[in-house]
Amino acid sequence: MTRELILPENAATSLVDEAETVTPTVPSASDERPRRRIGTARRGDAFAVSAAAAAAVGVGVLLFGYLTPFTGTLGFVVVTYLAFLGCYTLLVSLDDPGPAIRDRIASVAVHSLGFLVLAALIVVVVYTFIEGAGALPHLNFLTEDMSVTGPLDPLSGGGILHAAIGTLEQMAISLAVTVPLGIVCAVYLSEVKGGLTRFVRTIVEAMTALPSIVAGLFVFAAVVLVLDFGKSGFAASLAISVMMLPIIIRAADVVLRLVPQTLREASLTLGASQWRTVWHVVLPTARSGLTTSVILGAARGVGETSPVLLTAGFTKTLNIDPFSGPQVSLPLATYEFTRSPEPSMVARGFGTAATLMALVLILFVVARLIGGRGAGQLSPGQSRRRARSSRRDHRRFTSRAAPMKRPEETHVP
Amino acid sequence: MTTTLSETTTPAGREHDPPDRPRRLAHRAGPADRVFRGVSRAGGLAVLLIMCLVGGFLLYRGWEALHVAGWSFFTTEEWAPEGGDFGIAAVLTGTLLIASVAIGIAVPLAIGTALYISEYAPGRLRRLLVNLVDLMAAVPSVVYGLWGAFLMEGSVLGVARWMSTWLGWLPPFAVEGVDPNDPLASETVYTRSTLLAGLVVAMMVTPIASSVMREVFSQAPVGEREGAYALGATRWGMIRAVVLPFGKGGMIGGTMLGLGRALGETIGVVMTISLVYEIQPHILQAGASSISALIANRYGDASPFAVSALMAAGLALFVLTLIVNLIASTIIARSRSGATGDA
Repeated sequence: MTRELILPENAATSLVDEAETVTPTVPSASDERPRRRIGTARRGDAFAVSAAAAAAVGVGVLLFGYLTPFTGTLGFVVVTYLAFLGCYTLLVSLDDPGPAIRDRIASVAVHSLGFLVLAALIVVVVYTFIEGAGALPHLNFLTEDMSVTGPLDPLSGGGILHAAIGTLEQMAISLAVTVPLGIVCAVYLSEVKGGLTRFVRTIVEAMTALPSIVAGLFVFAAVVLVLDFGKSGFAASLAISVMMLPIIIRAADVVLRLVPQTLREASLTLGASQWRTVWHVVLPTARSGLTTSVILGAARGVGETSPVLLTAGFTKTLNIDPFSGPQVSLPLATYEFTRSPEPSMVARGFGTAATLMALVLILFVVARLIGGRGAGQLSPGQSRRRARSSRRDHRRFTSRAAPMKRPEETHVP
Repeated sequence: MTTTLSETTTPAGREHDPPDRPRRLAHRAGPADRVFRGVSRAGGLAVLLIMCLVGGFLLYRGWEALHVAGWSFFTTEEWAPEGGDFGIAAVLTGTLLIASVAIGIAVPLAIGTALYISEYAPGRLRRLLVNLVDLMAAVPSVVYGLWGAFLMEGSVLGVARWMSTWLGWLPPFAVEGVDPNDPLASETVYTRSTLLAGLVVAMMVTPIASSVMREVFSQAPVGEREGAYALGATRWGMIRAVVLPFGKGGMIGGTMLGLGRALGETIGVVMTISLVYEIQPHILQAGASSISALIANRYGDASPFAVSALMAAGLALFVLTLIVNLIASTIIARSRSGATGDA
């Protein structure tokens, strides 16, 4: 009897103990012993790096400014960097053994290579915008074409409207060709799978390295010369399509293969046909990834110059009809402008390049915003919508189940 | 169906029952499914057709020129199709030289960037860096061409002069017709050289090679990484012992993929070289050549035979990049990554 009485008491106290021990003991334990740092960086490392950097700059300034007749920014940077490596090795070797020295130097080398590439990218982008800043502030740059503007005219006349319109139309036609064809082909590669799948995939992979000039040459010889279509925006968009198609197919194929197999199987188990599975499950799941692959393909296609060079022809006037007459696009206009020796034309070329770069940047950022998520991961808006429709279904089911209950209840008595 | 079920379930039938065979799964597709499969198969075949058409058409149109030129097509340096004297010896050499300069610059950069992103960069920065490298691949080649032709030309001049002065005893770095001791010598012999074009192409190749390498590096198995650390390896020791051997296939494959791109690059090369129709082995000297630049400069030639000759040159370039690229994709697929293989 006493045991039976005690047991629940014990149980109750132990429960209380547990409830109490869980929260307060953990911080108290951590108070006694300081948390161990598991990072690999030590305080001495920062000292070594900064000291070596200071010494290297000193050596560089001394060599280039006072001791030797060296000149040139690039030489200064290279000499300073080598001096930095030397000083850093010396400092590290003072208190670390051999393998650690190699580790530090490799770390510095890898960091500097990575930053060199990033710096080059930033220089390319920023340089284009800085040089383009000469032409871009003029409003007429985006609203006029070059039909009445000569090479010697100032930047306050003439613009790239004809090239911008051309780019938009050519991209629209190329996308109209490549998006359906590319996605259908990607669906074939990842969903249908026949004996030819592997062959088609190999060919598509090989075609991603198709030199753009060869694509241009093909369209130039086939469409412009043989079919006698003439140089036109349409021929240019066909050439761009040939370039974009493999890019879109490969990216879309990868995205479709990331769709979890369980989703497909669940849909098939529910009795859906393959067609409905693809249309209602696979493609919506991969929607963001597919959009990304299309936009990235478009970003590559927008900047293609050499196929357009061979197939679009060149004109200084606005040509709205892509099917007849030469039609210029942004990259082609950049190329033609910068071939001129006149400074104002070169400034226009950089302005065009900056416009093109801005277009590519916008496309790229949009692609990343849409496609940052993997297959099946939803944006907040999407998950809200799903939750709403799921609640709706729930209400519908309960409202249908309610009348079902009554006959059962009446049946029981 | 029902008979086999009853046979297997009854204990008496077990002894003389044949061993378990996988059930035959006959699947009869509905009409909608059949249409769907037909359409997607047609899409796949259409793409295949387009791709084969490019190669086939090049061969068909280039055949005429190839037939006329014969084997001298590969040994002639001149490009005068009207006179019947044309070949790709010079432009092919130039293409290979530009591509090797580009690869020589791009591969260390790509390996460094890939290692930095996959091994050194902190987590949040990593995604940003991956995006930036992808952006670098999306920058139009004409923009890189502007960068090379207007910004880098001056800087490369000094580098080229320095290299030719101190490394001129190496044949590729020699420059003809210049006296390094003459301070007033004109610097135009160093402009618009193979080096400049290679530098521009390297900028386009680096992100492509780097993203392949990064993907393979980041797939190096965690267990082996931690094993290396547990044995007392430093980070660089771990990279040398685990990541680099594991990623060897990806590194080679990425390099080849970059090479394929470098061989075919056009507009960046056209904007930075002055085309010459002779074998130019000196990479620092003004004047270089490449098949793509040849096509871009000469496609306007009106005569059909000239176009046919250009087609033959384009075909040579196409075959070259195709071989390089197929080898690359095979290597990448065979490396332990599995990122591109059939899952």
